[in-house]
Amino acid sequence: MSDEVTTTAATAAPPAFLRLNEGTNALRAGLGILLLVAVVALLAPWLAPGDPSALGPAADRLLPPSAAHPLGTDMLGRDALARLVHGSRVSLLAGWLSALVAIVLGTGVGLVAGTGPRWLDRLLMTFTDACLSFPRIFLILLLVSLTRPSLTLTMLVIGLTGWMGVARLVRAETLSLREREYVAAARGLGLSPWRVGTRHVLPSLWPTVIVATALRVGSAILTESFLSFLGLGAQEPTVSWGAMIQSGRPVLLEAWWLTAFPGLALALTVVGCNLLGDGLRGRLDPRRMKAARHE
Amino acid sequence: MIPWLARRLLWSLLMLVLLMTMVFAIVRLAPGDPLDAGAAESVDARERQLLRERLGLDEPLAGQYVRWVSACLRGDWGLSLRQQRPVADVVGEAVGPTLLLTLTAYLLHLALAVLAAVAMAAYRGRFIDHLVGGAGLVLLSLPGFWLGLMLLLLFARQLGWFPAGGLQSVDAALLPAGARLLDLLRHLALPAATLALGSYMGTARYVRAALDEAMGQEFILAARSRGVSERRLLWRHALPHALLPLITLAGLHLPQLLGGAVVVEVVFGWPGLGRVSVEAIGARDYPVIMATTFLSAVLVTAGSLLADAGYRRADPRVRLTGPGTP
Repeated sequence: MSDEVTTTAATAAPPAFLRLNEGTNALRAGLGILLLVAVVALLAPWLAPGDPSALGPAADRLLPPSAAHPLGTDMLGRDALARLVHGSRVSLLAGWLSALVAIVLGTGVGLVAGTGPRWLDRLLMTFTDACLSFPRIFLILLLVSLTRPSLTLTMLVIGLTGWMGVARLVRAETLSLREREYVAAARGLGLSPWRVGTRHVLPSLWPTVIVATALRVGSAILTESFLSFLGLGAQEPTVSWGAMIQSGRPVLLEAWWLTAFPGLALALTVVGCNLLGDGLRGRLDPRRMKAARHE
Repeated sequence: MIPWLARRLLWSLLMLVLLMTMVFAIVRLAPGDPLDAGAAESVDARERQLLRERLGLDEPLAGQYVRWVSACLRGDWGLSLRQQRPVADVVGEAVGPTLLLTLTAYLLHLALAVLAAVAMAAYRGRFIDHLVGGAGLVLLSLPGFWLGLMLLLLFARQLGWFPAGGLQSVDAALLPAGARLLDLLRHLALPAATLALGSYMGTARYVRAALDEAMGQEFILAARSRGVSERRLLWRHALPHALLPLITLAGLHLPQLLGGAVVVEVVFGWPGLGRVSVEAIGARDYPVIMATTFLSAVLVTAGSLLADAGYRRADPRVRLTGPGTP
């Protein structure tokens, strides 16, 4: 890492704001973007007062972007900016909640597999591998097809199908932590596997888990938006970016703004999550921390 | 090699049984009866009972399971509730287009990933490195369906360079073979590009890290001291080194690509597994979704088997370092 810094300094370095690949810049940019989206989501009722789903005047249908409607209006005469502002709530909520489900499940399974007896490890990992063999979206579609679409269900299903990668990551990290002297010492003291796992291994896993969370949120937001795009996520009158893209699709040619802007909002939010994840990884990477400890 | 292959095949087979069991369990353990969820909402009670009997929903679960597994193994996937024809036919027609799309996109994905990785490694720490990395990150963060719609708007609707969707033109059957192939490629271009553009950066980052690592090794130093140009060092000496692990990565990427294909198929009306599943959802046609879900997992299992075998062929070190655990 340090030698990368010196080469960067030695060659013609680009302006700081462009160096987003890793490290502090990525972290700052990611945090900044997510804070912006979070503030918009929190203040939505004040930023865009009134019901975003209430019908607008008939004369206002499909207006292109203008001063009165910066992002134009949809086929029901509703202001697209107001709907975009309200839609941020669904994306953030769905992203975080389903990521939380996935992270809790994945960390639990990974930790148990990594610290528990060998047969349990094999059993859990075989199950994890089996779940990983399904392309996620098929599993989600199958689950959603068996019930009525709703936002709660969508969030749950995204979480329930997204824990496998986290479980493998946490298990691998746990296995390497197990060999550390302090963990061996804790076991030698006769502490129960549960206590060793939660009190001695889990705290060292946080960096891995935090990075995984940031990346998971981004991917959960994308998955939710796709399900809403298919009409399987948030239902009217809840506004969501995916559903906005869907409703703009039939008039793509006449009213590109209805499709373009919600997609850009989604992209911005997910870029924020990915930058945050990359930046945190640069800061918290367990391998680098390990290397630092050995120095 | 053979004992390893036998073990690996056995493992895949076990996996398939497990996958089949999971699909069955998900469908049958979901709250309610598959028929409650919608397909038969309009059907009256008597017809409903007939349908239940035909689908065997009144038998005990264990009996249903055995019957289902043995029927599946015989290739009998039941009848599509919506189309009233065998699920095997409905799904079978969709496998080809999905594989065509996925494999084309993967080739494009690899080409883009290698170009981006070499560009980043060659201009390490400089403007181009950050530009390519930043652009890739943005592409990776775009919703695939939105990227597809935007490409559709620009290249199909506005510029008219490519058709707006589907597998081939209406009159394709009348065209001579060469023109038909061209027609297919033109239809394939936008969906494959959408899928590749949205995913290549993951691989590119991996290759870039491997390139950086390779460039720091002694064989590169030796070649450099012999006067080999930096460009040649990167392309001919470091790159092959960095590409070897991609064989394994290909196996891991397959689920993602198949999943991404669902999104793209819906936007471009590509008649593959994804579109068939999404259409089936509207009609609550769960036998079809069961089949597509299982089939997608079969493709992934087969892909990872191929990737493992390929890696063993390509890298003798793996074969020499003891028994390969599946």
